[in-house]
Amino acid sequence: MSAAPWSGDEIMTVTAARQLADGAVCFVGIGLPSAACNLARQTHAPRLVLIYESGTVGTRPRVLPLSIGDGELAQTATCVVPLPEVFAHYLQRGRIDVGFLGAAQIDRFGNLNSTVIGDYERPRVRLPGAGGAPEIAAHARQVLIVMKQSPRSFVPRLDFRTSVGYLTGAGSRRAAGCPGGGPRAVITDFGILRPHPETEELQLAALYPGVSVAAARAATAWPLQVAAQVEMLAGPEPHELEVLRALDAHTRQAHARPVRIAVPHSGPSPRGLS
Amino acid sequence: MQLLPLAEAIATHVRDGQSVALEGFTHLIPFAAGHEIIRQRRRGLHLIRMTPDILYDQMVGMGCASQLTFSWAGNPGVGSLHRVRDAVEHDWPGPLTLHEFTHAQMAVAYQAGASAMPCAIMRAHAPTDLALLPHPATRQLTCPFSGVALEAVPALNPDVTILHAQQIDAEGNILIRGIVGAAKEAAMAARCLLVTVEEQVERFDAGMNAVVLPAWVVSCASVVPGGAHPSYAHGYYPRDNAFCQAWDDIARERESFLGWMRRHVQGSRDHADLLRSLGVAA
Repeated sequence: MSAAPWSGDEIMTVTAARQLADGAVCFVGIGLPSAACNLARQTHAPRLVLIYESGTVGTRPRVLPLSIGDGELAQTATCVVPLPEVFAHYLQRGRIDVGFLGAAQIDRFGNLNSTVIGDYERPRVRLPGAGGAPEIAAHARQVLIVMKQSPRSFVPRLDFRTSVGYLTGAGSRRAAGCPGGGPRAVITDFGILRPHPETEELQLAALYPGVSVAAARAATAWPLQVAAQVEMLAGPEPHELEVLRALDAHTRQAHARPVRIAVPHSGPSPRGLS
Repeated sequence: MQLLPLAEAIATHVRDGQSVALEGFTHLIPFAAGHEIIRQRRRGLHLIRMTPDILYDQMVGMGCASQLTFSWAGNPGVGSLHRVRDAVEHDWPGPLTLHEFTHAQMAVAYQAGASAMPCAIMRAHAPTDLALLPHPATRQLTCPFSGVALEAVPALNPDVTILHAQQIDAEGNILIRGIVGAAKEAAMAARCLLVTVEEQVERFDAGMNAVVLPAWVVSCASVVPGGAHPSYAHGYYPRDNAFCQAWDDIARERESFLGWMRRHVQGSRDHADLLRSLGVAA
């Protein structure tokens, strides 16, 4: 893949963008999911509705946000709602079509760990924690997971289950009362894994140009099952790369811009009572 | 409502061992107030915040906190909070007890606290290991009407909530605009509410449904221009994303972190002085 005219991040982003149907309502996380959603919006899905958990609903950022709550997201949103409303009125109420998630570890049923590597009380690596992920995983009609595939991250057993995928498979998620549909695709730097229709175990469903089944299996620490038909995915189109690279360039430029704040010369601060 | 210089506001209202929530979801994070708490060497605080980011990395690294209630601890879009990780992984500069929730749980916990409810209720969903933590804070229950499975989250009532906002008017009312996060809920849940603002105006130019905290729910306010930097104040200045990216290197090692804090926070008289030392003041 080193000879390919695109990077691993670029083909993952383009592949994730292609999963999004025009008009879908997406709950977006920062980083690659945010790039994928905005790429989709600027190419095949102009009516995509983006909701960031900062409460910015229907936002159309011109540059990608660094944080989940950059001013650009508020400035270009249909409305900005308080945080409890995002989770109650939009997510718990079942108004999200697609939720994007990533994690440090995933298991064969698409359960995710974003809490700790190692023991909880004395972790080797303390990760950021749950954030919005457990509720997104539970309530979104479908979940798209974006993660680089390696034996360290695609593991037989999670160190901590932060968010549920299909639990132990074979309908156990539905039986546990999760309203959302669960992970429909895991987009990696090798291709796409999708759940088996009955066992709900993730299996290799699609590969990028030039990637072998053996390589994808070697990057997975459980014995990765392979679908009867493995789709060969097309690489990014020149137009997709052009839009994505322009978005990245604008973003880098915007994030490097120095901030200046008008500060009065030191004098006594106002004081008083009311 | 009292209008005081920030150093006096913190000296009067924030005491060792209290639970203190400095809120603001990426936007309007009260950095100046947090820095003043560091300068005044408060200890044993139970810090509360949905998204501990650079400010709590600084407060934890400087030894202000012994407990942390949170739902996502990271430097958004950049990576780890190295100082929070050092505290959790190596007890440096001291041990830090974690109470962790999801965003949705913390949002309803503040709402419950703001409404004098002992707990909040949300829909239960499939089991995660969060329920198995050493201090599991949620409980399962059943809806007495429908039989639907529910989850109860205990209310959050910080001793002190600290916010940054855009404006205070002549009566002492506070106006917040832009991304509001759970600021209003955290404010109404608090026993004591401190606010820093960008500026004082005669009266607000705001819509009827704007987020306004009436003067009589505010304990104390301070005018601190730039008080959210490197976070931002919508309509005043943008988020300093370049600084947020640079923080990753500053905080990675204990020595570089302590050097930066000594030079810019402890070495500054006040926030205006700090902004000048960072080259941000225009």
